[in-house]
Amino acid sequence: MPPSDDQAITGTIFDQSAILSIKDLSRMCQVDERHIVEFVEEGVLNVVEISSEWHFTGDALRRARLAVRLERDLELNLAGVALAVDLLEELQRLRRELEARRP
Amino acid sequence: MEFKDYYKVMGVARDATEAQIKQAYRKLARKYHPDVSKEKDAEARFKEVGEAYEVLKSPEKRAAYDQLGQNHRAGEEFRPPPNWDSGFEFSGAGPGNSAYSDFFDSLFGAQARAGRSRGEFHAGRGEDHHAKVLLDLEASLIGGPRTFTLRMPEIDEEGRLISKERTLNVQVPKGILAGQQIRLAGQGARASGSGTPGDLYIEVEFQPHPLYRVDGRDLSLELPVAPWEAALGASVKTPTPTGIVDLKVPPGSRAGGKLRLKGRGIPASPPGDFYVVLQIALPAANDDKAKAAYAALAAALPFNPRASLGA
Repeated sequence: MPPSDDQAITGTIFDQSAILSIKDLSRMCQVDERHIVEFVEEGVLNVVEISSEWHFTGDALRRARLAVRLERDLELNLAGVALAVDLLEELQRLRRELEARRP
Repeated sequence: MEFKDYYKVMGVARDATEAQIKQAYRKLARKYHPDVSKEKDAEARFKEVGEAYEVLKSPEKRAAYDQLGQNHRAGEEFRPPPNWDSGFEFSGAGPGNSAYSDFFDSLFGAQARAGRSRGEFHAGRGEDHHAKVLLDLEASLIGGPRTFTLRMPEIDEEGRLISKERTLNVQVPKGILAGQQIRLAGQGARASGSGTPGDLYIEVEFQPHPLYRVDGRDLSLELPVAPWEAALGASVKTPTPTGIVDLKVPPGSRAGGKLRLKGRGIPASPPGDFYVVLQIALPAANDDKAKAAYAALAAALPFNPRASLGA
């Protein structure tokens, strides 16, 4: 039986338009703000600067969490994390493209 | 519960050095890390390896485990003797966020969890939870309620980490794309005390669709047309996410030709486009009438499809 509309929880799309402060991101990833700064300096995360304050998109949350997991579980250094995150995103993009082209 | 041979899990000798254990862990972690690995049971294997490393990298835990391990073999029925860990002191922050086995919990659980809850990152607010789901494309095209069953880690009354199944009925926002997250406010972990609960983030991937292929916000459909429809042009019925439309195939169309229906892809903002990729279907020549028609065409047209090959 399909679920009925009235009891469903409503979600919002959390994407490129969602704006997070460094404090939000630090809490959501459970790392301190200094570490978020390091991620930005290493190019793991992109910042949107609004009146000289740093903001992050919902997409950055996904990248930051991935970076934290890789760093912790694989004992990678920052440069290694930055490379792995980029390569994994590229891999995912290629896999989606391959999936889309599969007859 | 079963006795776990952590040395066997990590593929190291019982007298392995710290450096050897670390090396073995890194190699296995890269192989089975759920973010990296394509192995089928990667997540389970990664947890097993993480648990073994948690014990073997800590001199105190390793010593305590070694003392137990002398009389046990992997898979054997096991119950920790009372006060087995007296004389050992456990330090460290405890496990990251993976659920360890009953075997681990019975040995190191109480200490590890105690350390964990003390180390709560921000007091007064529950943790956010994250999950991935496979969604049918229609959920994004039309929007609407979908039921997800998620496995959520939870701390029970005794402070043990358990995995709970949870069914959620979620109103999927129309126009969501693969890789995007749905945020459900207040659906994460409960806070300790009176704080606000965390949020739940659901990352979306699409199941393969029988008709449409997804590329970001664009959709495409392979549309078979008859040779004469491609050659002479025609108006053909085509399914699109918003219903069947009459599509004008221009005269002189080729196989692989793309027709774009602007704004008829995934209804994101801005909406994606819908591409129709033409395929030319040949009628079978399995009766005299069809054979005669093909023969007549061959006689009427001087056509060499291999002209560009120089053959």
